[in-house]
Amino acid sequence: MPIKSYLALAGENKLEALRTEVLALGCEAIPAENKDVLIVISETKNEEEDKALLEKLNRMKNLRHLTLVSAFAE
Amino acid sequence: MSSIQINRRNFIKKMAIASAAAAAATLFPGIIFPNDQLKGLPDGDDIQWKKSPCRFCGVGCGLLIGLQNSKAVAVKGDPASAVNKGLCCVKGYHSVLALYGKDRLTQPLIRRDGKLQPATMKEALDLVASKMKDTIAQHGKDSVAIYGSGQWTIPDGYVASKFMKGVIGTNNLEANARLCMASAVTGFMTSFGMDEPMGCYEDFDHADVFVMWGNNMAEMHPVLFSRMLDQRLRRNGVKIIDFATRTTRTSMASDRSILFKPQTDLAVANAICYEILKNNWHNRGFLQKHCVFKSGKTNIGYGLEDNFKFTDEPKDMSLEQFRAFLEDYRPEKVEKLSGVSAKDIKYMASLYGDPNKKVMSVWCMGPNQHTRGTWMNNLIYNIHLLTGKISTPGNSPFSLTGQPSACGTVREVGTLTHALPYGSVDNEKAREKAAKIWGVPVSNISPKPTYHTVEMFRALDRGDIKFIWIQTTNPMVTMPKLKRYRNGAKKEDRFVVVSDVYPTPTTDVADVVLPAAMWIEREGMFGNSERRTQHFEQMLQPQGEAISDAWQMIEVARRMGYEKYFPWTKENHVGKIWEEYYKFHEGDKHGIAPYEVLKKEPGVIWPYVNGKSTKWRYHAKYDPAAKGDSFDFYGKPDGKAWIWARPYEPPPESPDSEYPFWLNTGRVLEHWHSGSMTRRVAVLHQAVPHAYAELHPSDATKLGVKTGDKVKLTSRRGSIVMPASVNERGLPTEGQVFVPFFDESLLINELTLDSFCPISRQPDYKKCAVKVEKA
Repeated sequence: MPIKSYLALAGENKLEALRTEVLALGCEAIPAENKDVLIVISETKNEEEDKALLEKLNRMKNLRHLTLVSAFAE
Repeated sequence: MSSIQINRRNFIKKMAIASAAAAAATLFPGIIFPNDQLKGLPDGDDIQWKKSPCRFCGVGCGLLIGLQNSKAVAVKGDPASAVNKGLCCVKGYHSVLALYGKDRLTQPLIRRDGKLQPATMKEALDLVASKMKDTIAQHGKDSVAIYGSGQWTIPDGYVASKFMKGVIGTNNLEANARLCMASAVTGFMTSFGMDEPMGCYEDFDHADVFVMWGNNMAEMHPVLFSRMLDQRLRRNGVKIIDFATRTTRTSMASDRSILFKPQTDLAVANAICYEILKNNWHNRGFLQKHCVFKSGKTNIGYGLEDNFKFTDEPKDMSLEQFRAFLEDYRPEKVEKLSGVSAKDIKYMASLYGDPNKKVMSVWCMGPNQHTRGTWMNNLIYNIHLLTGKISTPGNSPFSLTGQPSACGTVREVGTLTHALPYGSVDNEKAREKAAKIWGVPVSNISPKPTYHTVEMFRALDRGDIKFIWIQTTNPMVTMPKLKRYRNGAKKEDRFVVVSDVYPTPTTDVADVVLPAAMWIEREGMFGNSERRTQHFEQMLQPQGEAISDAWQMIEVARRMGYEKYFPWTKENHVGKIWEEYYKFHEGDKHGIAPYEVLKKEPGVIWPYVNGKSTKWRYHAKYDPAAKGDSFDFYGKPDGKAWIWARPYEPPPESPDSEYPFWLNTGRVLEHWHSGSMTRRVAVLHQAVPHAYAELHPSDATKLGVKTGDKVKLTSRRGSIVMPASVNERGLPTEGQVFVPFFDESLLINELTLDSFCPISRQPDYKKCAVKVEKA
């Protein structure tokens, strides 16, 4: 059951739109107060689901860049 | 899902958020997240937290390791640590995962019929001891060698030094810190007569100007870089200057990025000195009272030939002679050589020369991995000495280390061929002191250094060394001109023992592989860049049959008949070793903290005098060993620091029509050195899964390549094919290619040159000539 954290860079002034997209994918989102950066926390059931989610995250319209920071698997 | 599982998953989520917040703080200086969402970060009820320095770089961040069910499950920065104040970098947060790679070495291996096959620890240790003993009997004591590491704990290094230098009686002991810190050591020794920085990390809180000399701190020392950026946010007028050969994340976060052509930092540093004197920005009173001027030999060679020898001959000179020497380094003249505009040189000089600014110079591999590494270190000290900006809070020439205990184990214990735990082997008093503490006849300790690292592997290739024991390092990835040394290690009558935690290209050439207990699977101490010693207790059981490097050597020494020199038990040996080692450094110039103090504190800076750390050396206000009422550079007999006339000299190999590119090698944030640990951590591996060749976009266009396309790099020593990287993480200047060395499947060191600084004997990994073709 992978739990991962990412840093997501939004396009200029697109932080809120990106946050909405992240939440719609069932992830947690913590936006920075002063930069167009979002902490994304994902929780999936297995590696396949995790892979599919990552593909969706990478396809988000308002995303400029996504960096994986940590991954924990039980 | 049970409530325990839910708690566990919540805990992990909080860890994940903490990691991301820390990574963001490093990548986006000043970033703020809403406090309420970050509250309640890891404090799991059933997690036990214990302190340890980080396993990876030389910053020495204090960590709290979360333990649960006999496993390390979490990491957080230790808020009590003066080093990182609770912050961590991405490697630190994932450090415990490096303990649990699927292919950890848990059982000894012995090469039989050409293949490494499982054996018992007793069989393996018996074989190592008998081979070592037989080799000495047949070929003499200088035919055996130990090659260790700045990732050894202090007790590991101490046992190696006592075993080799005191008991066996050979100076064939080296460590991989020769490859990263030797020029820093000789820089300190030649300028001040004593090793290691005079200041401490608290300097970051006081300096107004930070000049990074060839140092990509944002990736290599991210926590210290964050401290620097934090100061810029808090205080007006703080300036950060990145002086480098390539544009990096550090450059992007700096106030000014100034690029120079490889090797010309020597000329620019002299030009800064020229400007300081020309504008009368020098501190006359300080110079008169506390400095002398010296010149040394020039045209000193590059160490490319076997058995290369060099000894410098310092000669006195006057300030006026020094001025005359600098006439060759007028900024306008240096501009042509270095590519740095005279305006930028004058700007840098003005920062150092401003009497109202405190200046910190910071460097690591750029000036150290340099065929004139000792000179570069001298030149940076020259700038600080000319202006008197030294040994006071915020005025600090600060040489950073790369490994967690390059200072503690290699430099302080002296696990280099010329060194003893106190002093050098060529010093009679130092030999007498060591012999007395070790309980060996003084005649056991040879007064002559033998082989520095490059020469040690040359000796292995030649057959002068027949037996080598490599611990906690991976020379078959990290040696320059690698093919020669790999072929040498594989020769028929060589016997290679490797102690490590994972299979590596070095274990591939071994005759015996000993599984080592890693980091918190054993007790130990590391010493970081700021003279801080940090203790960690054994928190976990070693995996399988693994035992610590120190205990492996003790077991072998005992089998060779040397039990009386190592009378300790497995349970008490670290404390007993520390008590013995403590005697080497007694006194107010290098006193170290007692064992019990180290166990309690999150780190103690030496000299530890009257229960206090000495934060700034060589000034009576802060340092109990300093005489008088101000500066006292007591490492030199007359208490005066040496300002050296060190010229620009070209590197041994430069781009030409056949090999038109500079090759520069180095590291990336996510990977530790040769990658043997961090490549086993999925998140780090996925972040940077393989090496790449960074090219300038113009060069990429000319070659017709884009990111991901294969390029072939060729030097006079070999070729390699790897993916190109254009406009990604770093941006080399035109005509330069940068390749990280962490990837054992793309061994860039097959192309590098084994030239070294003749004084420090540290190789230059930053400059050689290659051609680049589309593959």
